[in-house]
Amino acid sequence: MKTQPRIALLTLCLLVLAVALLRSAPSVGAAATSQITGTVKLDGQAPHQKPIDMSKDPACAQTRSGTPPTTENVVVGGNGGLANVVIYISQGLTGNEAATPSQPATIDQKGCMYVPHVVAMNVGQHLTVLNSDKTAHNIHPQPNPAGGNAQWNKSQTVGSGPIDVSWTNEEVSIPVKCNIHPWMRAFIAVVKGPIGLSDETGSFKLDNVPAGTYTLTAWQETYGTQTQKVTVAAGKPASADFTFKAK
Amino acid sequence: MAGKIFAVLVALITLATAYCVIAHVWWMPVDISVHGPKIDHQLEETVLVAGLLFIAGQLVLAAFAFLYGGAGRKPTQIPGGAKPLIIFAFVLVGTEILALSFIGSKAWGSVYFEAPDPASMRIDVQAGQFAYYFRYPGPDGKFGSLHPDLINEGNQNYFGLDPDHDPDAKDDIVTAELAIPVNKPILITLHSKDVGHSFYVRELRVQQDFVPGLNIPIHFTATQTGRFEIVCTQLCGLGHYNMKAYLSVLSQADFDDWLKKQASMQ
Repeated sequence: MKTQPRIALLTLCLLVLAVALLRSAPSVGAAATSQITGTVKLDGQAPHQKPIDMSKDPACAQTRSGTPPTTENVVVGGNGGLANVVIYISQGLTGNEAATPSQPATIDQKGCMYVPHVVAMNVGQHLTVLNSDKTAHNIHPQPNPAGGNAQWNKSQTVGSGPIDVSWTNEEVSIPVKCNIHPWMRAFIAVVKGPIGLSDETGSFKLDNVPAGTYTLTAWQETYGTQTQKVTVAAGKPASADFTFKAK
Repeated sequence: MAGKIFAVLVALITLATAYCVIAHVWWMPVDISVHGPKIDHQLEETVLVAGLLFIAGQLVLAAFAFLYGGAGRKPTQIPGGAKPLIIFAFVLVGTEILALSFIGSKAWGSVYFEAPDPASMRIDVQAGQFAYYFRYPGPDGKFGSLHPDLINEGNQNYFGLDPDHDPDAKDDIVTAELAIPVNKPILITLHSKDVGHSFYVRELRVQQDFVPGLNIPIHFTATQTGRFEIVCTQLCGLGHYNMKAYLSVLSQADFDDWLKKQASMQ
């Protein structure tokens, strides 16, 4: 006689708590999610990208014929779209509920360059490091010492298997270098929650964004960061465009 | 019996080694520098003197093992005691070492203490884990100043130049390969951005360490065209084995073309 009302009361309390929690802050992975899409453009003339002389390592030079590869500090598509810009939600998410993607991110060492030049991934997500070259590389990410991510430096010889790593803390972005081929440079952006990367046309997409109001941040390795507010309604894609000014 | 086999083995190894050196089975690579013959002469003298002592010492060891070795033999007193022999050995080896040092310092001094030709072509080298980069002053003949805080390998700024604010740096030509014209005196300044490295070109008979914080000049003149390896011979970290670049000795016309092409790639 006495237990039934107690259970009912407890269930009611739990329900109220659950609703309150759901309403208090939007969280990634909640049922009603949407998208943020947009484009990033460069206003002005992109700086000259210097050709890279790979003669130090004949195995690198061999993979290249014709025009030499160039630095990738600013990559602009035909329509003025700015590639390799990381877009992520810097404010508005609780972060705790972020679901880590089950698919690993990948970075390849190909033709003695990092492909892709910028990796956008989540905390805890696996990162697969490949070496497609006929020469040894060492992959050396240099996170901010105060940021909590550990610095490491691993060699990857010809034909050796992939290296699997992950990051424990958010950081936009971790520079990556190869000590054997000093021209090689990549950046790894690590956040909790939705993250996007602009392609050659400058367009980007953030998936699984719950309804809410957020601060969206765009990061470019040469031009730094820009932010803007964006409001996402449940089930309705929002859009946000960024324009970086060429220095 | 074991003593006799040992003695014969020692003698055989000694003679085989001596043969390899005398017959130049493994010898120094071709010399392409003006100062090289002095270095080679010094090396030959060192090998000759040290080689003679080596052969004599090993053969005497073999002879003693052959004549007096074996189980059950008691040590016997050297006639006249060991003292005069030891003194003789000290004087002999000491004289050799002193003689080599004096002759060698002359050869060394003639390379290092000689002022570079004032008409030398100047080139800068920046060493860093684990690559070399080279810098030519460009048409103005002046090197831009170095700003270590501006070094950015991702942007190909290996020297830390500031071309936006420094007119001297604007036309500096930075390359990954060292090219020089043949028969022209070259004055190279070595810089290191991190740890100790070394600049070693076997064929040039040049080997000089980089010391971080010091600008170390070396000068030479190459006498033959060709492509040679520049390697690091100072253990500088995990990638030391892979720290190298190439030296191209070109005719003046080829060099001018090369430099023009490099300038267009800056």
